[in-house]
Amino acid sequence: MKYIQHVLSHLRKDLRLEWRSRDSINGMLFFALLIVAVFSLAFDPTGYPTTARQISGGVIWVAILFASVTALNQSWTREQRNQVLDAQRMAPSPASALFLGKALANLLFVMAVEVVLAPIFIIFYNLHPLGNTWLLALVMPLGTWALVVNGTFFAALGLRTRNRELLLPLLLLPVSLPALLAMVQATTGILTGDLDPIQINLWIRQLGAYDVIFTTICILLFETILHAE
Amino acid sequence: MQTLANSTSGTISTAAELQSVSRLYGSFAALRNVSATFESGTCTVILGENGAGKSTLLRVLAGLIAPTRGTATVFSHPPQQQRGRVAYMSHSPMLYDELTAMENLDYFASLQSSSCNCVGSPEMALRAVGLDPKLSRPVGQYSQGMRQRTSLARVLQADPELLLLDEPFSNLDVASAGHMVELLSDFRTWPAPHGGSRTIILTTHQHRLAEPLADRTMTMQHGQIISEPAA
Amino acid sequence: MAQRTQLIRNAAWLWFTATLVVMAIAFRQAIFLAPTEATMGDVQRIFYYHVPFAIFGLVFPYVNLLASLAYLYFRSRNPLSALTADALALASAEVTVLYTSVGLMTGMLWAKPVWGIWWTWDARLTTYFILWLLYVSYLLTRRFTSAGSASGQTSALAAVLSIFAAVDVPIVYMSIRWWRTQHPSPVFGGGADSGLDPSLYPAFLWNVAGWAMWGIFILLFRFALERRRQIAEQEAALRTI
Repeated sequence: MKYIQHVLSHLRKDLRLEWRSRDSINGMLFFALLIVAVFSLAFDPTGYPTTARQISGGVIWVAILFASVTALNQSWTREQRNQVLDAQRMAPSPASALFLGKALANLLFVMAVEVVLAPIFIIFYNLHPLGNTWLLALVMPLGTWALVVNGTFFAALGLRTRNRELLLPLLLLPVSLPALLAMVQATTGILTGDLDPIQINLWIRQLGAYDVIFTTICILLFETILHAE
Repeated sequence: MQTLANSTSGTISTAAELQSVSRLYGSFAALRNVSATFESGTCTVILGENGAGKSTLLRVLAGLIAPTRGTATVFSHPPQQQRGRVAYMSHSPMLYDELTAMENLDYFASLQSSSCNCVGSPEMALRAVGLDPKLSRPVGQYSQGMRQRTSLARVLQADPELLLLDEPFSNLDVASAGHMVELLSDFRTWPAPHGGSRTIILTTHQHRLAEPLADRTMTMQHGQIISEPAA
Repeated sequence: MAQRTQLIRNAAWLWFTATLVVMAIAFRQAIFLAPTEATMGDVQRIFYYHVPFAIFGLVFPYVNLLASLAYLYFRSRNPLSALTADALALASAEVTVLYTSVGLMTGMLWAKPVWGIWWTWDARLTTYFILWLLYVSYLLTRRFTSAGSASGQTSALAAVLSIFAAVDVPIVYMSIRWWRTQHPSPVFGGGADSGLDPSLYPAFLWNVAGWAMWGIFILLFRFALERRRQIAEQEAALRTI
């Protein structure tokens, strides 16, 4: 119970900080829009609606992945300014609560970006999904959490290194590959409607299992990297 | 003075101890073979120039960095296991610029584990350092002195038994610094949890200001304690 | 101490010589003695190099994982053992990158004439590629973190990464296998060495032995080098103290 309270107070703090500055959400949104625009130049989705359906699952996740990478580093830079991180490390509350609070905050930020991005994306890509679109309500949070939980962890890992902007994608992309595969497959399957529902179900479950496994590892190992100095 | 402080708490106990502690950064030795004992209930002032190793010494005691060699103990345990009994204030404010003083303090109060051994609520801590808790400006817009005082309020509200202060007077004018010294000597008289007493270790290069507080003064140079006059 | 060093040095020379001998025999077996394969022709001889590298590219990551776990265990208990474990972790990570790189390259050289393509995203190849990526980023992390700061940070972060890699690689393999079984089967079916003709065994086994000995040799050599660097660093530190 106490643990959940700690997580919530970290979360509340992060939301408040973002509300006051709005740095990461604005940055992410603009970046994701740029990626969507660049891909639409490359593929001309309005001319070929079938192709648009086939590629848009990949495009949207790539956009979200790169956009969230830009925000994840910032979320820890905030803690480093004024050496607040030292105060966090001195606090008696468990380190993993700090991690979970921040990962949840990042999840909310990226989801907010997705909510804004989705209609724009549908308009730009002239998208008429053919499958069970409501399943996306399950795929999006699960997929976003997969990116954000590892991303938050690796951003913290690279916090005291040189070139941390470079290091984060280098670490995050290979580890996230199974999750990326699952979410792109599931999303494409839902949009095109030509993937068996059983298979979509399998991808979603796989994504869920990935989330559980990596959330556990991150929580277990976070204390080690926070105090690695 | 020292014996007096100890006799009030009944037994002679050690708040913090360093046993031949060295700390390296690459090939630079910030601390070389430092041994020191800090009795509980005393206030130790560490003097020395920049780069003498004062901050590193405090960070080792705070459990923020591990010694490369030797052992550091706080209340007879590794410093990492004594979170909550130790508070640390560095020359950086350790506050979020975007939040107000009250929000900052509320947040850090919520991270204390035990439901309350806190002497004061965040409001009382802020009043104690002479700030208005209702101030709605974020900390980023405060003057240096106000930030420093907010930072002090942050460590005081945690009700620490061992207080580590790194250059607490560095950005303060003489009047505010004097006020802070008064606050600290007042803090030492507060009843401590577990029937213990309050211990302060502070570093400064403004010797004069800290003089009324000091039970003991030591000077550091090149990562070593070079003089330790008897109390 | 000096006697022990001399003993180790002699053992190392002996091992190195034996490795060279085994590799020479293996070369002769693979290139001159083994019969030419019926369908693939001489290109198939790359098999004797590709498979040993591919196998040991999967063995050294386990050494790395075990050393990393040992490091995390000893970190607060026994700093000197922790340093040794860290040296082993670094050495095995570098050998892993070497072996997986050679495995990938020989694989591509073999794939082009046989399958007509350099690369296919099937479970085995993709997993192998991800493994390579993970260990390259492992080494990069070590490099980025080591500058200036205390070395304890590098080792701890690297050990954490090693655990992530160990968890990730099986998941990659499983997920790609699920993916690909839903599609028409890729260009080739079972394992490369399924149904190996007995006449090819001597060449194959000699090469496995030779490259295993070589891998162990460079692993221990690199380990000894890293230990020396650590000891020199400690001595320099002691002097400054």
